[in-house]
Amino acid sequence: MIMEHRKMIDDRKIKTAEMANIDLTELPNVTVGDISVENPRMTARQVQVNYGDKSAIQDVSLDIGSCEVISFIGPSGCGKSTFLRCLNRMNDTIKSCRVSGDIRLNGDDIYAPDVDVVPLRARVGMVFQKPNPFPKSIFDNVAYGPKIHGLADNREHLRQIVQESLERAGLWSEVHNRLDDPGTGLSGGQQQRLCIARAIAVSPEIILMDEPCSALDPIATARIEQLIHELSSEYSIVIVTHSLQQAARVSKRTAYFHLGRLIEVGLTDKLFIKPQHEMTNNYITGRFG
Amino acid sequence: MNDTAKGLVSPKIATERVAASMAKRKKRERNFQRLGRSAIAVALAFLIVLFVSIFAKGIPGFFQYYVEIGVEIDREKLDPTGDLTLQSLYAGDARGVIRSSLYAELDVEGRSDKRAAGKLISQGAEQRLRKLVYDDPSLMGTKQTLRFALDDDVDSFLRGFIKRETPEKDRRINDKMIDYIDRLQAEGKIVYAFSDYLIFGSASRNPEMAGIYGAFIGSILTLTVCLLIAFPIGVATAIYLEEIAPKNRITEIIEININNLAAVPSVVFGILGLAVFIGIFGMPRSIPLIGGVVLALMTLPTIIISSRAAIRAVPPSVREAALGVGASQMQTIFHHVIPLAMPGMLTGTIIGMAQALGETAPLLMIGMVAFIVDVPGSVTDPGTVLPVQIFMWADFAERMFVQKTSAAIIILLAFLITMNAAAIMIRKKLERRW
Repeated sequence: MIMEHRKMIDDRKIKTAEMANIDLTELPNVTVGDISVENPRMTARQVQVNYGDKSAIQDVSLDIGSCEVISFIGPSGCGKSTFLRCLNRMNDTIKSCRVSGDIRLNGDDIYAPDVDVVPLRARVGMVFQKPNPFPKSIFDNVAYGPKIHGLADNREHLRQIVQESLERAGLWSEVHNRLDDPGTGLSGGQQQRLCIARAIAVSPEIILMDEPCSALDPIATARIEQLIHELSSEYSIVIVTHSLQQAARVSKRTAYFHLGRLIEVGLTDKLFIKPQHEMTNNYITGRFG
Repeated sequence: MNDTAKGLVSPKIATERVAASMAKRKKRERNFQRLGRSAIAVALAFLIVLFVSIFAKGIPGFFQYYVEIGVEIDREKLDPTGDLTLQSLYAGDARGVIRSSLYAELDVEGRSDKRAAGKLISQGAEQRLRKLVYDDPSLMGTKQTLRFALDDDVDSFLRGFIKRETPEKDRRINDKMIDYIDRLQAEGKIVYAFSDYLIFGSASRNPEMAGIYGAFIGSILTLTVCLLIAFPIGVATAIYLEEIAPKNRITEIIEININNLAAVPSVVFGILGLAVFIGIFGMPRSIPLIGGVVLALMTLPTIIISSRAAIRAVPPSVREAALGVGASQMQTIFHHVIPLAMPGMLTGTIIGMAQALGETAPLLMIGMVAFIVDVPGSVTDPGTVLPVQIFMWADFAERMFVQKTSAAIIILLAFLITMNAAAIMIRKKLERRW
């Protein structure tokens, strides 16, 4: 039986290697499926990212609609996180990173020379893979964004913002009597919801989530997924995930990335039931990746 | 057994071999632990030897012999002008008042006897008497039992460093003096008490009057200057290099040079201070201001290197989180990175300050080794520092300076430990907040 398992792993390795060896020029330049939506909040056209000499993503064009949940799936290193980080210019922090192409938020080019990343990041919030609350109190974690952007008129207003954010993140009932406790003392799932509350507190239009559940147990994951569903009525949510089931559960549309290309995008139901590209089919049926 | 050569061993053989190798592994582990323990034991032994020897020599240094005599505080003699000003008191004959009291105490007559008796009491006694009546004029005209320090030779004799058996011409106190000492002792007039001169006295050639007060104040002033210069510059440099500066050739060269600076012998910084501050800018010698600047130059690399390490240790997730909610680079640095790095920065600063406190060589170069009796009142008054004071005392010939040197070393160590303890407490407090 061990031998059989070994062979299986070997086979898969060979297959992955074959996939990796595919010449990028052979990949389709055109994404399968409809990249555009009506009334988009964010539009990305021909986005290309290089880390030094290495190309991370090529020719990615995609729209993100208002109040929709879109998930990015694909094997590790396919560029989905890189693309996500282009949307609020978090890639700026990496020195060797070069982004070209055109990304617009409500029609404004976010990579225009005169654009300041501070207001951009206030409009496009982000939740990271590992819950990363500030080593401060729960209250201060949520209040930090509104404080630095001057959103609150006075202390009472600030308190209301914090309460509402925590309520929307589904955390208020659990923490309302210990707002002064450190945020790092919460459980993993609570910490992640605290991070979501922190993102909500500055009233963003879009929330980017980079594998938000990969460090969480199934119960906490379910809680976050439910939260994403609730939040989708107010915010556009872009979620990168390694869990196909999660993509299927939470998102309206799904985009499949592979080797730095956007291979296919479409309504989640259609993409999972009847993928049009062979690679998408291979991936979602678990043949590689 | 043949099959083992072909590749994977069978689980049964593997189990046996693992079991067989365990004994050897455990033995190695035990040996390593033993090695570690003995290393710690050796280090502790050295520490204990060091402390025992310092304390054995130094604790007696905190005490000295005093004589208690009844003194007729004669206004006429002490205060000739009668206005109780310092001028008048200095014009008066305080020494005569004390000596005549002592002569009366010992029934001394004749010139040579008086000279011998006069040598018993320290020259500091007259100062004491003047200060006493200056502070409390109501004592004038009364008779008081006062306590005066004995001369350092008498002190050494009482401690047994000068032997009675030594021929008279070979010892620093003669037979008459020994006779007087014996009589005073028999009457219980000689007391062994805490040496206030050590703590409140300043530099003096008379060992029984010498104290560390001036040097202590000099150390505090010098360290304050050093901290005020080195901490802000060091932390700002670290933040700039780590967070803001582009990573290119120039910053690389700066980095290498800062690391090199940490290895420069401290006396070189002293030469720099001498050449630049005293030579070019023409500032006065021996002042704590220059001492502080020189020590700041010396501690800067330590502070910069440890601050950079502390900043680098701040998890990137915190930075990402701050940037993610739209904090600017400055806000990220000042709201998140610095508070988290502060304990580490402080540790580096403490280490740097501890180095600076114990530093002698660079201060010798800028003249802080001068014999200065006055206590420095500001950073521009000439002064000296504790380690330099210790260095000077260790050089003096009088027997009593040996104890004083050890006592001063204990005070320096206590200063250092207090400083470190304070810094650790501040650090703990900062850490708890986060």
